[in-house]
Amino acid sequence: MSEQKKIIIALAGNPNCGKTSLFNVLTGMRQKVGNFPGVTVDKKTGVLFLNDKKVALVVDLPGTYSIYPRRIDEMVTFDVLANPDNDSHPDVIVLLADASNLKRNLLFCTQVIDMGIPTVIALNMMDVAERNNIRIDVSKLEEELGVPVISMNARDGKGVDKLLKILSADVSKPKRSFIDIQKLCGEATELSNKIPYSNEYEAALLAVLHKELTDFPEEKHKLIDEWVAEKKFIAARFQAEEVLQRYNSINRVVQYCVNEEQKENKSLENTSRIDKILLHPVWGYLIFLGVFFFVFQAIFAWAQYPMDLISSVFSSAGNYLHDLLPAGMINDLLIQGLWAGIGGVVVFIPQIMLLFGFITILEDTGYMARVSFLMDKLMRSTGLSGKSTVPLISGMACAIPAIMSTRNIESWKDRIITIMVVPFMSCSARLPVYTLLVSFAVPSQTVFGIFNMRGMWMLGLYLFGFLSAIVAAFIMKLIIKTKEKSLFLMELPIYRLPRWGNVGVTMLEKAKVFVTDAGKIIVAISIVLWFLASYGPGNEIQEVEKKFTDTAFTSQFDAIELDALQQSEKLTHSYAGHIGHFIEPAIMPLGFDWKIGISLITAFAAREVFVGTIATIYSVGSTGDMDMNKLRARMHNEINPQTGEQVFSFATVVSLMIFFALAMQCMSTIAVVRRETKSWKWPMIQLFYMTGVAYLASFITYQLLK
Amino acid sequence: MRLPMNKVAVPLSLLRKGDKAIIVSLDDSAISIKLMEMGCMPGEFLEVDYIAPLGDPISIRIGNYLLGLRKDEAVAIKVIKQ
Repeated sequence: MSEQKKIIIALAGNPNCGKTSLFNVLTGMRQKVGNFPGVTVDKKTGVLFLNDKKVALVVDLPGTYSIYPRRIDEMVTFDVLANPDNDSHPDVIVLLADASNLKRNLLFCTQVIDMGIPTVIALNMMDVAERNNIRIDVSKLEEELGVPVISMNARDGKGVDKLLKILSADVSKPKRSFIDIQKLCGEATELSNKIPYSNEYEAALLAVLHKELTDFPEEKHKLIDEWVAEKKFIAARFQAEEVLQRYNSINRVVQYCVNEEQKENKSLENTSRIDKILLHPVWGYLIFLGVFFFVFQAIFAWAQYPMDLISSVFSSAGNYLHDLLPAGMINDLLIQGLWAGIGGVVVFIPQIMLLFGFITILEDTGYMARVSFLMDKLMRSTGLSGKSTVPLISGMACAIPAIMSTRNIESWKDRIITIMVVPFMSCSARLPVYTLLVSFAVPSQTVFGIFNMRGMWMLGLYLFGFLSAIVAAFIMKLIIKTKEKSLFLMELPIYRLPRWGNVGVTMLEKAKVFVTDAGKIIVAISIVLWFLASYGPGNEIQEVEKKFTDTAFTSQFDAIELDALQQSEKLTHSYAGHIGHFIEPAIMPLGFDWKIGISLITAFAAREVFVGTIATIYSVGSTGDMDMNKLRARMHNEINPQTGEQVFSFATVVSLMIFFALAMQCMSTIAVVRRETKSWKWPMIQLFYMTGVAYLASFITYQLLK
Repeated sequence: MRLPMNKVAVPLSLLRKGDKAIIVSLDDSAISIKLMEMGCMPGEFLEVDYIAPLGDPISIRIGNYLLGLRKDEAVAIKVIKQ
C-alpha cells in the first residue's frame, strides 16, 4: 500500500466570486457540513483525490472582502489562516478572484499572501471579463503577485485541470509582500518574536483582532495588550493605512497586468437595464410581490402534496409494522413514538427543499440582493434589515425553513431578532386550528356585500401575527445590545443565469442538515409527548382497558363509537391528562379548562395536533375521516360542570385564537433555533417570552370578552 | 485658488441619480475602512446608478461593479461632482 499524504486546502475569496461552484467541482458529492467551533457558520468540507500519493481535505471558508471581519462569524477565516493550531489550518489556500473585478478582489488576496501561507490564485469569471474588454495578462500577474495564478471558469469547469496540477505538486510560500510592514508598524517585529508562528503582519493583525478570537490563550491576550499599551498601537489607524498601502501596490499591479479598454462594460450595462425594471418604484415592487407570492404559494400549497404523501406513507407503514411486530410496549415505543417522530421530521423536507431551491435561484441570479435593496428602508423602520424579508415571508408558510434562511443575514443582531419574531407569522400549522375555531365561533355571513365574515376573521388573525412580529422586532431592537453595527454595504451582483447544480446541491444539503441536526431533538421530544399521552400514573390506563372489555358496558355502543370513547378515556387518564388537570388553575383565567390544557400540551408537537386532540377528547375519533360538524356540535354542547356554562364560549374561543397566534407551540421551531444559534439560550428565551406574551394577551382577551 | 461652487466636496449621500463624481476623502469613522475595502478609495470615480424607491439605500457604480449602501453609510464618502 502506498503512503498517502493528507493535506488541507482552504478555499477563500470575496462573496459572489464563484467559490461555491469551485467547491462543488472539486469535491462533487463527497461533501460534509459540520461546525466551526464556537460560531454559527457551517463548515463545509469535501475530499479531493489529487493523485496516488496525495489526498486533500477541502475546507470552504466564508466569503469575505477582507481579512478584517464584518461579522463575528467571519473571524473564522482569520482564525483558520492565522492560527496553526486550528483544525482547519490549511497547507495551501486557493483564493478565488473575480477577474472582471480584479482590483477589489486583490485586496483580500494580498492580505492572505502577506500572511505567508502557500497560495494559489484562481482567476474566475474570465469569460465575463473578456466579454467586457478586460484583458488580463496571467503570466505577468503571476510574476507580480509572486504566487501561481491560473485562469478558470468554475461554472463549466474550464481551467480546473490546471489548478489540480498545481495542487498535486508542492506549492511554495509566497515570495513577496504588498505592504511595507516596517513603515506601517515597525514595532510588530517585536510582537511577532513573542508569538510563535506569526510573521510581522500576522502579529499586527492579532493586535487588531485578538479580542474577538474565541479560544485564544489568556497569556497571549495579556502579551498583546501590554504591547498595544506600550507602543500606543491604534488599530483603526493601522487598518486604514494598510488598506491605502495595499491599494497603492494593487493599482501598480493592475496597471501593469490588466488592459482595460475604455469601452462600455456590457455586463454592467445589461444589469443596469434590468435594474431599471426590477428597481422601478412601481414595477419593482409589483415584480417583488409576484415573485414572492409564487415562492409562498410553492411552500404553502404545492409542498402540501409531498407532505401529505409522506404523512400517509409513514402512517400506513407504521400501521403495517405495528401489526407485524409482537404487540407490547416496545412495539408502541418503536412505532407510535420513534417512527411517528421520524415521520414528523421527514414531513418538513418538501418545504425546506422548495424554499431553498427558490432562495438559491434568486441568489444565483442576483435578484436577492435587489430584494434587500428594495425592502431595506421599510424593514429597518421595524428593527430588521432588508435581508429579513425572505425569512418573514417564508414564516407565513412555516417557521422551520424560514429560520434556516436567516443564515444570509450578516448582522448578528438583525439575525437574532429575525429568528425571534418569525414564529409570530401565521404559519400553515395554525391554519387548521384557526379554521376550526373561526368556523365554530363566527357565523358564515356576508359583510359589506362581498366579504365573508369568517374570511375576514382569518385575515385578521394573519394580520395580527404579522403585527406581533413587527412590534416584537421593534422592542427587541431596543433591548438587544451589540457592538456590531448593522451594515447594508453590499455588492449588487450582475444578473446571471442560476447554476442548477448548485441549486440541487443546496436543496439536498439543507434537507440533510435539518434531518441530522434538528431531527434528533424533534424525535426526542415527540417520544416524550407520545409517552405522556399514552401512559398514566399507577394502573389507570389498565383500568380503562379493563372497563372496555366488559361486555355489559361495551354492548351499548358500536365498534367505532367504542374506539373513540376508549381513546378519549385513555387520554384523560394519561400523564398528559393529569398535567391538564394540574395546569387548569393556571389557564382558567384564560377561559381554558383542563381538556383544552391537554390539547395545548399535545399541540407542542405541532400546532395542528390541537384539532386532533380535541377530537379525541370529545370522542369524535381523530382517525380516519374526522367529522368536523360532529366535532363542532360536541364542542357546542360541552358544559363546564362547575359553572354550568358553555366551555367554548365566544370569549374562550377568541382567547384560544390569540393564544395560538402568539404562543411558541412548536417543538420543531425550538429544535431549529437551537441548531441555527448553536445554543439552548435563544430557543429557551423564545419559548418563555412568546408563551408569556400569549398568556398575557389571552388573559386580557378573555377577561374583556367574558 | 478659486473653486467653482460645483467643485466643493460634498457627501456622497447628497448626489442624485446619474451623478458622476470622484472620491476625494473619507471620514475618520469605522465605516470608512469597510468602504475602502470595498474599493471606495480617494481618486476613484463613481456614478450613482440607482436610488431605492423609498430614497434609501443607493447603488453606485465603482470600479467594475455595483455597490449598494445606505445613505448613512454614504455620508462618510466625500466626493466632487464631475
